[in-house]
Amino acid sequence: MKTRKMNSNTVLLLITIALFFVLYGGGCIAYSGKGFTHLQTFLNILITNAGLICVACGLTVVMLTAGIDISVGSLVAMDCMMLAVGMEKGIGAVPMCILIIVTGVVFGLVQGFLIGYLNIQPFIVTMAGMFFGRGMTAVICSKQVAITEAMNSTFYSWANAKIVLPFGGYMNNKGKYMAPFLRVEVVIALIVLLLTFLMLRYTKFGRALYAIGGSESSAVMMGLNVKRTKMMAYVLSSVLTSIGGICFCLNTMSGSVQQALGFEMDAISSAVIGGTLLTGGVGNVIGTFFGVLINGTISSIVKTNGKLASSWPNILTAALLFLFIVIQSIFAAVRAKKK
Amino acid sequence: MNTDRKKAHFLTKVKNWPLLLPVVSLILVMAVNIVHDAATGVNPLSFFIISLNETTSNGTILYGRIIDILNRGSEVAILALGMTLVVSSSAGTDISVGSVMSLSASFCCMLLAGYGVSSTNELAVPLVVGVLAALFMGALCGAFNGTLVAYLGIQPMVATLILFSAARAIGLLLCNDLIVYVRNDSYGYFGGFTGPIPTPIIIAAICIAIVAITLNKTSMGMYIQSVGINSKASRIAGLNSKRIIFLTYLICGLFAGVAGLVNSSRITSADSNNIGLYYEMDAILAVALGGNSLGGGKFNLAGSIIGAYTIQAITTTLYALGVSTDQAPVFKAIIVIIIVAIQAPPIKAYFRKKSLEKGVAKA
Amino acid sequence: MDQDVVLTARGITMTFPGVKALSNVDFTLRKGEIHALMGENGAGKSTLIKCLTGINDYEAGEMHIAGIEGPVKNHSTRDAQNVGISTVYQEVNLCPNLSVAENLFIGREPMTKFGTIDRKSYNKRSQKIMDDLGISVDVTQNLENYSLAIQQMVAIARAVDMDCKVLILDEPTSSLDEEEVEKLFKVMRMLKEKGVGIIFVTHFLEQVYAVCDKITVLRNGNFVGEFTVEELPRVKLVAAMMGKDLDDLAEIKGESVDYSKSEMEISAKGLAHVGTVKPFDLDIHKGEVIGVGGLLGSGRSELARSIYGADRANTGTLKVKDKEVKISQPIDAMNLGMGMLPDDRKAEGIIGDLTVRENIILALQAKNGMFKRLPKAKQDEIADRYIDLLSIKTASKETLIKQLSGGNQQKCILARWLATNPDFLILDEPTRGIDVGTKTEIQKLILKLAGEGKTVMFISSEIAEMVRTCNRMVIMRDGEKVNELDGDLTEERVMKAIAGGEE
Repeated sequence: MKTRKMNSNTVLLLITIALFFVLYGGGCIAYSGKGFTHLQTFLNILITNAGLICVACGLTVVMLTAGIDISVGSLVAMDCMMLAVGMEKGIGAVPMCILIIVTGVVFGLVQGFLIGYLNIQPFIVTMAGMFFGRGMTAVICSKQVAITEAMNSTFYSWANAKIVLPFGGYMNNKGKYMAPFLRVEVVIALIVLLLTFLMLRYTKFGRALYAIGGSESSAVMMGLNVKRTKMMAYVLSSVLTSIGGICFCLNTMSGSVQQALGFEMDAISSAVIGGTLLTGGVGNVIGTFFGVLINGTISSIVKTNGKLASSWPNILTAALLFLFIVIQSIFAAVRAKKK
Repeated sequence: MNTDRKKAHFLTKVKNWPLLLPVVSLILVMAVNIVHDAATGVNPLSFFIISLNETTSNGTILYGRIIDILNRGSEVAILALGMTLVVSSSAGTDISVGSVMSLSASFCCMLLAGYGVSSTNELAVPLVVGVLAALFMGALCGAFNGTLVAYLGIQPMVATLILFSAARAIGLLLCNDLIVYVRNDSYGYFGGFTGPIPTPIIIAAICIAIVAITLNKTSMGMYIQSVGINSKASRIAGLNSKRIIFLTYLICGLFAGVAGLVNSSRITSADSNNIGLYYEMDAILAVALGGNSLGGGKFNLAGSIIGAYTIQAITTTLYALGVSTDQAPVFKAIIVIIIVAIQAPPIKAYFRKKSLEKGVAKA
Repeated sequence: MDQDVVLTARGITMTFPGVKALSNVDFTLRKGEIHALMGENGAGKSTLIKCLTGINDYEAGEMHIAGIEGPVKNHSTRDAQNVGISTVYQEVNLCPNLSVAENLFIGREPMTKFGTIDRKSYNKRSQKIMDDLGISVDVTQNLENYSLAIQQMVAIARAVDMDCKVLILDEPTSSLDEEEVEKLFKVMRMLKEKGVGIIFVTHFLEQVYAVCDKITVLRNGNFVGEFTVEELPRVKLVAAMMGKDLDDLAEIKGESVDYSKSEMEISAKGLAHVGTVKPFDLDIHKGEVIGVGGLLGSGRSELARSIYGADRANTGTLKVKDKEVKISQPIDAMNLGMGMLPDDRKAEGIIGDLTVRENIILALQAKNGMFKRLPKAKQDEIADRYIDLLSIKTASKETLIKQLSGGNQQKCILARWLATNPDFLILDEPTRGIDVGTKTEIQKLILKLAGEGKTVMFISSEIAEMVRTCNRMVIMRDGEKVNELDGDLTEERVMKAIAGGEE
């Protein structure tokens, strides 16, 4: 009797993972001459998307409660600008990072209070958050500020630290051994990913998130503190976004008003492609991670090709989003029919 | 005693006036302008002054801050029309309108200039083809959104998220990654002047008139509200709820096409990356500011339109106060939060309780 | 207090604005007893249960619970749980996306020493709980993978594991099939053995006799009596629920006419809607008033809905005026001259935020189509006519319908259908929650319509009014059309037919 039935959510996750391998494999076959098969290509996807991984984890948490947070993109921009300006003013790297996280907590508390306790639609509240973040970025500084070694050597050294892997290197055409490497932000992102995964699976808070997404009225009936849990979900989302902002900044080393434009939609589509339902209650960060990787692989393929227009990644991601949403709605319809 | 009651009666009437919120906001914005002008030593009423100015490029045109607000606010007003209907029928928002504006503009300019041409003085096809193409593209996008929402039952925000990210990108693709300039006076007309009046104002007025007449002469308005309030009961009473929801998205897309055309005509080019950026947010904000519940149901078109111009007035005022374009969103965010917070059920319940206690204390 | 008694409620009284929902109701529950709470719609069952569980706040009367000094008054479901009262509702209040074990333990999960939840331990405990109840499930599977019956059982298990003395089952069986109901009964009997007192609310008579020890009957918010199952056979139970004494209405029945020769209005063959109505055949003739009898949940509404297309019929054929038709949604039926006043006024009848006028003309407008708007003058004329004809009490025709009282709302919906001038009108509980005077008016109106050659299908919980107005009755039980009565209709005949079993 112990045969595990495949449930439709597992199927969705498997589709996502399979899709990643197909895409990546396709890339390897098509562009093997252009170095797509090297391990570094994959690691570069991780490096470029480290910030997105953190942000998407936060969004997954919020989406599990059937909410949404579209403020994340402008919060990332604000974080980058704060870091850049702070360092220009000579504040240390560590205090700046702490300040960023605290900002995230406050930002999340305000949004979470409005959503959880005042019952205002998440979309509207976080839309205001989005305006606020983007506007504040400009208030802090309206120019593009680059972080240089002269400004803050500590932060600069973090950004340029290479974590060399002992395997998977290759000889370049000059015969030099190119060892594959990671960057600090990837390590941070993977830790965030792991912690979020454990939190969702093994803590009361994590399970309460799923319960609220599954049925908010039931969660109330079962005696869970729904209001507080919802608020904490938004706090967590903003905090993870702040960490993501630091990762993002380590990668770009600059702050500007136009930074991370549309980042929230990248994060949402990653989560949705990774099998998180916007109706709440279903999904996990492993799926989201693969969602990010799929987005990254598409960009990477388009970049490696070199001839495709820069808008293709957006179009392909949207097409995938469409595909997944339709599959999800079909699954939902089938499930409804069974009942 | 009698006057007291009359006063109370008047107060409840004002309190229940659907346009209270948008009108009060608009008055507030005007007041800020007057105070600011007075404080800086300018004629306090300069906000309201409209004059005829001679210009070298456009001849004699109307000039003044109000004209500017009406002109610049045209696109949001046009979008707000469709958005109001979408919100009413489906209790959701269409976040793709900004991107669809961009796509429609790109498609139009691509046809007018020819594929791959980045700048042209000659139209490749008659202007009317380009205009119809823009409208068609908008309607097509609307139909796509409508199908997902009405027939596949997907949440509006998710369904429109697809075009939100894809439409702009497709537009860029149509323009071959270029900013396509159509340097032809006939194309600039939609963003230019008709006699002394800015054409966008006229286009917005026509759109508003069409919707107003349609709502007045057909029972579309009642259908949409009925579906939005209680779609089950509407179905039993013989309305085709799905088709009506589809229709509102179609209309919303069509107006996004119109807005895209106007916006692109202002700059006589298709700048895919920038046309319609954040316009969806302004359109949604206009609907909320107009006193409409984002939870669907009853709608008030006049409110949304006033809301749209109020937003433009806020933006113009902020610029006048020396706030930069980039910083303006901070104030918008605060305004949004105040508006939704005073409408939030727990806050309303709190004030009702307060006023009840007050009533008891009086008695 | 009696040794065995776990819960007593004495003189519970509760009024909603304008309506006395409960007056002076007594209820006693003993240890290890399954106690049925019976009554038709509006009898006050759910109000009483809400009083016990702290959702409603009763004005008079008191409640005692074994082991607790003095009267108990609950203010929330949490309070009720703390004194040992747990409730399982018809809609399962659990999370379908969590595993069975999580549903049992969420909010009170055992923890490991690292501060994480101890999955292993609660999975093991859950498995034991479910095994003890004799239900074979894999507790690590998501709840949504199991049937409603199992979900219902999990809800019960959660309630029981939280150490309850009183378990309230509020219509848990309405969506279960026979086999599933059997399973539920097994669990109920097991709990009874363990000494839990169970209050069982159901509309199915068979189930009462299959599993219950005691029956308390309510009618119109009044306490009718507490009986043992033996002293109250079916017919007596139905009589107690429906009441025989509520009739001081005038005898308004017209002379009986044989309609079987007149033209066919509706003819259904094998029509069915999966899950609610089993295939049925039905012929309705022009000018008839046909009643559909049965208890709530018997399929009486669903039969009408499948004809009207509110629930699209899955199988069978339908002929209207001898022409085979396909009805996939209500507007199709309306274009064939039908109309339906649904039983759930709030969910399917009124459009709350629209005005009385708009609510009245809605169906007529829908028939006309969106682009042929009725002129305002015509709308006003129609609204005024029906406000006058049905004496609808409203401040003006531009008042929002949600501001009207229930009875007046109902009249507006009735007006909506009369305005379309239908040939075949389905009225599902048109008189529910309406004062006696209006009831008579509506009954008279039905007869008048029939007199004008229209056909009416009349569904009501009150047998008396159906007997008075109908020429013929169809009897439904458990989703099946079990009988057709014509000739001389009497309440007793109808009740016997509804009760079934022992004719």
